[in-house]
Amino acid sequence: MKKNSRPLLIYLFIYLGFLYAPVVLLPLFAFNDSAIIAFPLSGFTTDWFSWLMEDESLFRALKNSVLIAVTASFISTIFGVLTARAMARHRFLGKQSMFGLIMAPLFLPEIIVGVSILIVLMQLGLALSLWTVIAGHVLLATPFSVSILTTAFNNLDRSLEEASLDLGENRIGTFFRVILPLVTPGLISSLLIGFTISLDEFVIAFFLTGTDPTLPVYIWSLLRFPSKLPVVMALGFILLVASLVLLSIFEFYRRRSESLASGKENSGIK
Amino acid sequence: MKFGTQIKQSLDGWRLIGTPFIFGLLLLLTPILLLVLLSFWTQEYLDLNRTFTFANYKEIFSHPVFITLIKRSVNISLFVTASTVLLAFPVAYYISFYGGKRKALLLFLITIPFWTSYLLRIFLWKIILGYNGVINSGLISLNFIQEPLTFILYNSNAVVLALAHAWAPFAIFPIYVSLEKIDRSLLEAGRDLGDTAVRSFFRITLPLAMPGIIAASLIVFIPTIGDYVTPKLVGGTEGMMVANMIQVQFSKANNAPLAAALAIVSLSIVVLISLVFLFFNRKYLRRQI
Amino acid sequence: MASSSTAKIIDRNIPMVKLENIRKSFDDLEVVKGLDLEIGSGEFFSLLGPSGCGKTTLLRMIAGFETPNSGIVSIAGEEMTNFDANERPTNMVFQSYAIFPHLNVGENVAYGLKKQRLPKDEMKSRVLDMLKLVDLDGLYDRPSYALSGGQKQRVALARALIMQPKVLLLDEPLSALDKKLREQMQHELRRLQRTLGITFILVTHDQEEALIMSDRIAVMFDGKIAQLGHPQEIYERPVTKKVASFIGVMNFISGEYLGKKDDKLHVRTSSLGEVFLKSAQTASDVQPGNVTLGLRPEMMTVLFSTNENSEYEFKAKITNVSYYGDMTYYSVEMPGPDDDISISMRNTVGRHVYSVGDVVRIGWGTESIVVL
Repeated sequence: MKKNSRPLLIYLFIYLGFLYAPVVLLPLFAFNDSAIIAFPLSGFTTDWFSWLMEDESLFRALKNSVLIAVTASFISTIFGVLTARAMARHRFLGKQSMFGLIMAPLFLPEIIVGVSILIVLMQLGLALSLWTVIAGHVLLATPFSVSILTTAFNNLDRSLEEASLDLGENRIGTFFRVILPLVTPGLISSLLIGFTISLDEFVIAFFLTGTDPTLPVYIWSLLRFPSKLPVVMALGFILLVASLVLLSIFEFYRRRSESLASGKENSGIK
Repeated sequence: MKFGTQIKQSLDGWRLIGTPFIFGLLLLLTPILLLVLLSFWTQEYLDLNRTFTFANYKEIFSHPVFITLIKRSVNISLFVTASTVLLAFPVAYYISFYGGKRKALLLFLITIPFWTSYLLRIFLWKIILGYNGVINSGLISLNFIQEPLTFILYNSNAVVLALAHAWAPFAIFPIYVSLEKIDRSLLEAGRDLGDTAVRSFFRITLPLAMPGIIAASLIVFIPTIGDYVTPKLVGGTEGMMVANMIQVQFSKANNAPLAAALAIVSLSIVVLISLVFLFFNRKYLRRQI
Repeated sequence: MASSSTAKIIDRNIPMVKLENIRKSFDDLEVVKGLDLEIGSGEFFSLLGPSGCGKTTLLRMIAGFETPNSGIVSIAGEEMTNFDANERPTNMVFQSYAIFPHLNVGENVAYGLKKQRLPKDEMKSRVLDMLKLVDLDGLYDRPSYALSGGQKQRVALARALIMQPKVLLLDEPLSALDKKLREQMQHELRRLQRTLGITFILVTHDQEEALIMSDRIAVMFDGKIAQLGHPQEIYERPVTKKVASFIGVMNFISGEYLGKKDDKLHVRTSSLGEVFLKSAQTASDVQPGNVTLGLRPEMMTVLFSTNENSEYEFKAKITNVSYYGDMTYYSVEMPGPDDDISISMRNTVGRHVYSVGDVVRIGWGTESIVVL
């Protein structure tokens, strides 16, 4: 198809401009030597970063968030494995409704999930804690883990498992020797997605958090103080850079293992 | 087949799915059922009156405050959905059809702005649109205006803008995936049979991309109607949405039953609109299966 | 491996695989319908049939991947109906080969040996020997994604044979290979089976493959065995029209069976007149009434010169000609109400190729007719 794609390309650039408009402000104001967030910029400073480093409650919030995100992504990945495996390999009564319930959080506004869990906790008289946030985040992340792992398990040729059994290996051995190595990329993606969702989740954490705030809840409290805004900008900038660095490292290793594999392939055929 | 053998056959599957299912039962189904129950009770100062009553629903549907709020939430959400999907489609289309070797790079470029806190991304719009914000200070320094514009922040438009921005990648990705799945020889066949480029777009590309468009629409619509952060940060009183009211009733007003009723009403609306939307697009989805 | 793997002298009277009244349903669909079968020790046995006939399910029940709803599966004289696949002395070559993608060739072949906790050296030397047997010397370290289809096939074979199975099961193993490679592998599999003396059970939908490779064939339709026999019996004396047309090309001529006359079957046809056939020329118990006669295309001749003669002959018009290089297939009109029949002729010296519309003499004999 020979069609001029230039108008579309121009549109793409405008659209990217729209997408980047807010985020380019982060570095500008993170290094701006003024407590007021407004143009024109006044001068360069790294003070806001030093402030951050001294903010102990920030680090506590960060620690809480990481703890919650690691635990929640771990549990949601286990739930994802169990559900994906059951859906891919077994037939059972209530299959579709059980699956529907597990996937339902995808189709519910978060505020409703948050409020309803809060009501139960209140009725039961349970105190809010990191665990209540973890529970909420597991609920939220599990559907994502299930979709990723369902793809991973569906890509797994069933005859590989049968071949393993046929060659004398039992079911547990087959899981560790064949299934697990082949779904590892799916497991890593599921952990990463769960971690990201939990780390950035605000509404449920806002409702279910006790005395220990998560990072988004802490940021939320900072947003009310205009004097704290440059510090928040610095924090946002660090979050952005940190996730991009992590992402690039992940991508680098993924590509390197891929190119190693294809390199071997070339020499092998020769 | 006998029921007994069915149970027996089901055991293996149940053993696996049991834990996540019971978790969902305890943390999702039970809470929502309790929410429904609570919406039929009433709050009397510090105590709950557990007599069954429609009072909360009557209150919601007789007070213009609530009705306006619900209508506005639905409107904003529909508007955000439509504009996000419409704006996203050409981007997904360009990447899929003209991305060439740079597809992965372009997709990555789209996600970069989203690798920072959701709260901050919304908040940055407040900085752009605010009284001393980027737009106002920019326009003033360029002498286009003397006084800062006040109509650009703290209203529904600001909410729409911020939400359309926040959900952009969630619209682009499903559409991109569905465009990628289209067998390019179908388009060539269309051209071969005499279609112009425009006609083959409307007769082949668009219908085959519909599953992605439908997915994108639901992915954007469902969460935005219950969004709490955006209206709170950039909506002002004029841009307040139902989630904010739920939160207010729940905490400050200490009227949990009314909050529950509001939640149930919004949930019903979400489900209803989604079902109607799916119903009208069922022919595109059926073909996929 | 199974407990029965201790050296046992194979008793020729005990079949290696014995299936008794096997039934298997998936949901409400019965795919194997009460099937009995005995497969001997050291036999190359083929299950032949169209897709959906239940042959693969049958093989999977022998392997232990499926459990029959009723019936008994015995292997080497031991009942194994409810044994798991890892407890049976059978090994399988999968249609998709099922080569473990995360392991290299050596690791794939050694997969089943790991459980036996052999010393490292012995394990490696056994793997190397096996690779030599299947003509894969030097590929010990090759990653599995760098293998061609034919190589994967051999790895799958080596991986199964190294387990020293009593029965090797092959599920359409050659269907993914191209024609040349497939023919080569057919001969190699046959050679391997004769050398090792293991019972091979092959599932295939390719009748030619089954004819070339097998000692015996079971033709399956609709969950049942339609005919069981040696390749030649199956080809020359098919018991039903269905079997006849599934194995090669068969021409059908309608006729009326009038009963026995001088120990011969007396059949009246409108195309070929009255024919008398030996009682061995039918595998079924024919009753007087309408019957169908079968005649293979190569059992008839287009007579090229006037001095060429045949026991019986008739004149017919050619309606279609397909030229294959070494062979020519003619379709000719029958004198009676029967459909056009097909005749195949080898293109040798002195035989030119006729054209559509030519009227030719067709020679045939009663010997090659089968009553269905």
